[in-house]
Amino acid sequence: MGARSEVSRREFLQTATVAGAGLVIGFHLPVGGRRGMAYPSTFAPNAWLRINPDESVLVMVDRSEMGQGVTTSLPMLLAEELEADWSKIKIEFAPADKAYINPMFGMQGTGGSTSIRAAYTPLRKAGAAAREMLVTAAAQTWGVDKSECHAEKGAVVHASSKRRLTYGKLVGKASTVPLPQDVPLKEPKDWKILGTRVNRLDTPPKVNGEAGFGIDVKAPGLLVAVIARSPVFGGKVKSFDAAKAKAVPGVRQVVQISTGVAVVGDGYWPAKKGRDALDITWDEGSTASVSSASISQLFAKNAEQTGAVARHDGDAQGALLGAASKIEAVYELPFLAHATMEPMNCTAHVRADGVDIWAPTQFQTGAQGLGVGIGGVPPEKVKVHTTYLGGGFGRRFELDFIKEALETSKAAGAPVKVIWPREDDIRNAQYRPANYHRFQAVLDASGQPVAWTQRIVAPSIMARVFPDNVKNGLDGEAVEGGVGMPYAIPNVHVDYLLTDTGIPVGFWRSVNNSFNGFAVETFIDELAAAAKKDPYEYRRDLLGKAPRHLGVLNLAASKAGWGTPLPAGRARGIAVFKSFDTHVAEVAEVSVDSDGVPHVHRVVCAVDCGPVVNPSIVEAQMQSAIVYGLTAALWGEITIDRGQVQQSNFHNYRMLRMAEMPVVEVHIIPSTDSQGGVGEPGTPPIAPAVCNAIFALNGKRIRKLPIGKVV
Amino acid sequence: MSPISFTVNGKRETVNVTPDTPLLWVLRDTLGLTGTKFGCGIAQCGACTVHLDGVATRTCVLPVAAVAGKKVTTIEGLSKNRSHAVQKAWIEEDVPQCGYCQSGQIMAAAALLAKTPHPTDADIDATMTNICRCGTYQRIRAAIHRAAGA
Repeated sequence: MGARSEVSRREFLQTATVAGAGLVIGFHLPVGGRRGMAYPSTFAPNAWLRINPDESVLVMVDRSEMGQGVTTSLPMLLAEELEADWSKIKIEFAPADKAYINPMFGMQGTGGSTSIRAAYTPLRKAGAAAREMLVTAAAQTWGVDKSECHAEKGAVVHASSKRRLTYGKLVGKASTVPLPQDVPLKEPKDWKILGTRVNRLDTPPKVNGEAGFGIDVKAPGLLVAVIARSPVFGGKVKSFDAAKAKAVPGVRQVVQISTGVAVVGDGYWPAKKGRDALDITWDEGSTASVSSASISQLFAKNAEQTGAVARHDGDAQGALLGAASKIEAVYELPFLAHATMEPMNCTAHVRADGVDIWAPTQFQTGAQGLGVGIGGVPPEKVKVHTTYLGGGFGRRFELDFIKEALETSKAAGAPVKVIWPREDDIRNAQYRPANYHRFQAVLDASGQPVAWTQRIVAPSIMARVFPDNVKNGLDGEAVEGGVGMPYAIPNVHVDYLLTDTGIPVGFWRSVNNSFNGFAVETFIDELAAAAKKDPYEYRRDLLGKAPRHLGVLNLAASKAGWGTPLPAGRARGIAVFKSFDTHVAEVAEVSVDSDGVPHVHRVVCAVDCGPVVNPSIVEAQMQSAIVYGLTAALWGEITIDRGQVQQSNFHNYRMLRMAEMPVVEVHIIPSTDSQGGVGEPGTPPIAPAVCNAIFALNGKRIRKLPIGKVV
Repeated sequence: MSPISFTVNGKRETVNVTPDTPLLWVLRDTLGLTGTKFGCGIAQCGACTVHLDGVATRTCVLPVAAVAGKKVTTIEGLSKNRSHAVQKAWIEEDVPQCGYCQSGQIMAAAALLAKTPHPTDADIDATMTNICRCGTYQRIRAAIHRAAGA
């Protein structure tokens, strides 16, 4: 998701500082098994930082850790300016509080590859201000001028007298120093922590089972619930008989909630057996007539209409009408589930005096709001305890699993952990929208494109979650990547047909960019082929005014050895795409075996994300995003029959495994340009790179995903 | 429901649960050992992998009755202080991202190395069939080779 309400960074820092004063008394959530300790005297100059007398530097991580590395990269930003001793850094997840609103969203949430972009300046400023206060405190202690002192590795040093005071010894005095304004930030050339391969702080607790995920939450008297939901989207409970469920040993209660019927038991196993034993009659509703075939027909029909205009340069229609010949293509992509490794779950305790929510959530503000609504208590009585997330990918920006836990706890009068079996997760998601594209283009005599049109037919996520963001039929996010088509073409027209299918749609890793990236980067490849040009050189020659696209394109081609011989039966494909302010190019080396099964052997990735906080994390995110996109390209498909999802688990919603993992090489462009995100931008280019390689190999153009078998 | 006894991480445990309860849920809900994870419930993903008498075993479909008298080692019992070669290699290579599958990956890798101290890439491909949705496979492979060289 993209940025919405911009809060100025200065205002953000001030808000955070004021609100932070009251946070020391807040709860502490163990991260990595170490319980945060409340100290009688700490230096807490802002909402993110506590320096304790024992020298520990506690950083409140206000973004959800779902694998993307924020428990390391966010503290790095703060520690750099603080001149902290990195070995003293401790982390805790922040509670729901307005101090922690994501300035790119206007809400406390994690997504849209925003974490570093949003925190880059505020967290460094917070660290710099704290450092200045510590230096001032030391100078006052010694009775020397502040300018004679400097900070290094967790201490203030007075060089001429060789005196040194560690931060832990300064916490009392530093707390009395007024908050300085506009402390200058360090030049990147002076960075000691930022830009280096700092090991992740969350790795040690993730190698011995200690890291606490949502599903691991323990509480006295905790019960577990498994929920029966309508098999058809939008269906409601007509009637149910709980007798068989209640007969299962260990089942305590059966309660109806808004999404269905919850079976509450002593543990997951009795709750699951009880859920499976329920007799429920459903009122299936109107979606029961929807199938994948009917959705395809609807898309094709809507593609014949004129859509809401998203981009209009020159006169593409005129160029098409006057052209002797044109190139046309239709692409169609399926719904996709997220399939986070940790199935959806949430623990809630709704009491008269307050609400506790323990959740692997990307959306703390939303969770707190639900606690207020369902618990009937004011926001300050709703404590949101964010756990580690076993994957997020946008699925955990949704609140359905949190609402279920709140409603079930309220109805059962006990703390309840709702756990979704994997089948529930695959069948009750908010899916990456299925979508359909119609392209037309005209080339001049030399093969250069003079006109380009893209009609995007797809459901709108915004229409469901933030309907105010849909204006005159245009969802600006649904056309992302299509509108941003970077090639120098004089006449361009992109329009959009918002097409609701009855199947819920939601955020997914790179979301709309994942399909527009495939469509645009496949169609430009088709134009290169029609022009009888090399697909890399064709792109390159059209990117003269897009230097960051060109930079990653050239680097990826060069590192991949574009144009050099490959073993027999292999070919390369290329794609370049910008999303979330980051530019990525990928070259895939592919073969197709005698059964038509594609094999991806090597992927070379070049990325320009601006200044790099941690290159090891950037590399890991590119690898991860490539696996995510490749899995979808090869096999990913949620199909619908009679309003129901046909897939259910990993046997029919296939995941990429070790044996299918290509060698992925990541090359980062050194850059001081504007900053981009890294969680998602690696995903969009991989599907077109692989499909373009298949075309280069055997001339078969993949216009429908997943690829499945190449026949 | 009759008591079922087995050894977990060197400690004798006796549980009173229905005998069809999968070992995974006995470990997690009855014994409080939450390092072993639930991923699919059909032995596809391997997040629930433990060592059963030394053999890597997926526990989400394994009835607890089948482990009576046997020895179970979970991620919590693999080593003290993350000192197993696989855990050390995982830290050095910074393998985990979200980390949810990693208990199962580490238990599978530890079992592989116990049987095949110097696995080839083909051995790793054939044995390491656990799913990682974050796609950490490249670093898992590097970490296994690192642990084998240690």
